[in-house]
Amino acid sequence: MLNPADLAAIWLTCKLATTTTVLLLLIGTPIAWWLARTRSWWKGPVGAVVALPIVLPPTVLGFYLLLLMGPDGAVGRFTEWAGVGLLPFTFWGLVLASVFYSMPFVVQPIQNAFEAIGERPLEAAATLRAAPLDAFFSVAVPLARPGFITATILGFAHTVGEFGVVLMIGGNIPDKTRVVSVLIYDHVEALEYGQAHWLAGGMVAFSFLVLLALYAFTGRKTR
Amino acid sequence: MRLTATALLCLVCCTSATHADEVQVAVAANFTAPAKQIAADFEKDTGHQAMLSFGATGKFYAQIRNGAPFEVLLAADDETPARLEKEGAAVAGTRFTYATGRLVLWSAKPGYVDDQGEVLKKGEFKHLAIANPRLASYGMAAMEALTTLKLLDAVQPRFVQAENIAQAYQFIATGNAELGFVALSQVFKDGKFVEGSAWVLPAKLHQPIRQDAVILDKGRGKPAAAAWLKYLRGDRAKAVITSFGYEL
Amino acid sequence: MSIKAHFRLDWPGFTLDAALDLPRRGVTAVFGQSGCGKTTLLRCIAGLERGAGRLEVNGEVWQDAGRFVPTHLRPLGYVFQDARLFAHLDVGRNLDFGMRRNRGAAMPGRDPIIELLGLGPLLERMPERLSGGEQQRVAIARALLTAPRLLLMDEPLASLDHARKQEILPYLERLRDELEIPVIYVSHAADEVARLADHIVVMEDGHTVAQGPLAETLARVDLPIRLGEDAGAVFEATVAERDAEWHLARVEFDGGELWVRDSGAAIGKRVRLRILARDVSIAASRHDDVSIMNMLPATVAAHAGEDHPALVMVQLRVGGTALLARLTRRSAQRLDLAPGRRVWAQIKAVALIG
Repeated sequence: MLNPADLAAIWLTCKLATTTTVLLLLIGTPIAWWLARTRSWWKGPVGAVVALPIVLPPTVLGFYLLLLMGPDGAVGRFTEWAGVGLLPFTFWGLVLASVFYSMPFVVQPIQNAFEAIGERPLEAAATLRAAPLDAFFSVAVPLARPGFITATILGFAHTVGEFGVVLMIGGNIPDKTRVVSVLIYDHVEALEYGQAHWLAGGMVAFSFLVLLALYAFTGRKTR
Repeated sequence: MRLTATALLCLVCCTSATHADEVQVAVAANFTAPAKQIAADFEKDTGHQAMLSFGATGKFYAQIRNGAPFEVLLAADDETPARLEKEGAAVAGTRFTYATGRLVLWSAKPGYVDDQGEVLKKGEFKHLAIANPRLASYGMAAMEALTTLKLLDAVQPRFVQAENIAQAYQFIATGNAELGFVALSQVFKDGKFVEGSAWVLPAKLHQPIRQDAVILDKGRGKPAAAAWLKYLRGDRAKAVITSFGYEL
Repeated sequence: MSIKAHFRLDWPGFTLDAALDLPRRGVTAVFGQSGCGKTTLLRCIAGLERGAGRLEVNGEVWQDAGRFVPTHLRPLGYVFQDARLFAHLDVGRNLDFGMRRNRGAAMPGRDPIIELLGLGPLLERMPERLSGGEQQRVAIARALLTAPRLLLMDEPLASLDHARKQEILPYLERLRDELEIPVIYVSHAADEVARLADHIVVMEDGHTVAQGPLAETLARVDLPIRLGEDAGAVFEATVAERDAEWHLARVEFDGGELWVRDSGAAIGKRVRLRILARDVSIAASRHDDVSIMNMLPATVAAHAGEDHPALVMVQLRVGGTALLARLTRRSAQRLDLAPGRRVWAQIKAVALIG
């Protein structure tokens, strides 16, 4: 059965995934909006950077984040200067890493939704006296709702499933950075297969249910 | 003289052509650098080729139990080879300690770690990197040493746990942890420290970190496997091993 | 004249270079073939496209060299060809969208406009559950509820089938008669223009080639070339008599009278008539031994060549009204149709278009 350390890891994982998803929706929505509408030369490079975590091994991301957030890295220097200290081995360090790592899973569905909406409803909104920001919130966001739901589910699930990056910058500290995926790895490595099964099985069930919900939802939308 | 050399070379070539063989070796991550050097010598001297895979001993154990094609295991501990032997997955009587690891408290910053380990008592650091004691023998040894020094309770809240000794090194080398416990072999080359500052822990502070080698079931009766273990005991290999800070 | 505009826009393969001078009231049709730039002109007026030029509406400058009022600050209503209702809002909320954002301007009554466009039963429906015609009616009401000072309509009927068009046209006619604001109505359908417009702007290849009051402009002989089979005269008349036996009505206009099929319009009602140029033939003397019921004494006013070398277009004056007749060049020569010659116009068909 699950022991208190397992439960703490589950709680921490939920906290991490929720924080990351909320932040990603806040950061990713303007990025998605820009990507969906810009004709700038920068669209390609920015889109590619956002998509990088899809193709890069998490260890690459984790390694560079460790360097960047370390005392000699740009981010590390900034956080020390800002008085928040260094981010590796902290909860907020994991949040920052997860934001990068799960970014494409949030940005892309929203971007696709915005692209599908196109210019037309926004033009209609403008002729009905809606200023651009007003039109964004009252027309574009509600119309992109399926994209936001997909983004939320994928962002959350992908953060829960994150392992390589956390391993690289987490430090396996209880209640701070010891998330479920790392704990499973520990159990397996320590040959505690029984413990591992409880968590790993739970993870499989969770992921399955999340994807089932997602497909049920998108299936209903397209019907 | 030249003729002799040519003849010798010819002989070596002929030998390798007729008897050259491969051996699949699973090597504990901390032994990566010496193993590569020994494998190069091994090929030159015997004509056999050692195909090396590096990784965590626990992972190798799981893989070996599930049919991985390794013929020899150079473990990071002495428990895993013993366990494999007991379970019939290794050839009985082939087990021996090829190296004894030394634990070192290390920092990437020069002058940070004093040669008495006083830095631990002062406790002016935020993060102390340690390999997960449940998974890595070096982590276990570090726990034992801290217990002996009666410092465990004081420093434990500042632990950052790495999954293995290589990752502990990474945490410290990038400066994210000010200091931590690593294997001497990681920071020591040709009789001196490569960089930073270090305190080699007295061996009496913890159980010796014995790293055992064993021939696995898949290597049973393979000449190249036996040759590799024999070579590992040889003087040339021993010189390499000690040059990396291991004891024998 | 209260809407003055000039726009120039250069796109690869297309140049818009259009000048407009439109009256304060009534429906102005912007007429032309697909691709002639009608919609682009309308989008420039709305501020949805930004070309070089100047736009002044009722004395307010919306665009000139140093000024470009963004669309959402222009007090206009825009009805798109595809209704563009907001799919996430029901009909009532679609209507309220613009109304809520219309601060300052005098509120039009919501209920009268819902009634005008017959939307009462639809208020709680989602757009996806409306027919094309219903969607357009909602879109029109939604635009009107912003209390626009200028209503722009971009082929609001083009995406509808014949039956749906017939469903909406009466609403548009009521709008024309009841609205106090200028309407610019883009269309490529001559029958819609003839039925709805008071004023017309003809466009070709990105240029405005003719504009003026509808009857006058449609009766120009130099213009019908561009209208082809749709060339014809449009004018107003009054119902004077209804014949129950033959189901015919007599209508009087400036210059004479005509018998038309009785549409049910009451005596004294003003109606609009359309006579296509191809339905008018010319005789040198009056003939009573033909099936044609309407024959009017007329004077040749002008003529011009048609797009086919065998044809000519002749403008006839019947009192104060102009008619167009399309004949073969040979007939025209045989009858010696020089300006000033008195002839009889034989009218095969008259359409009563509302």
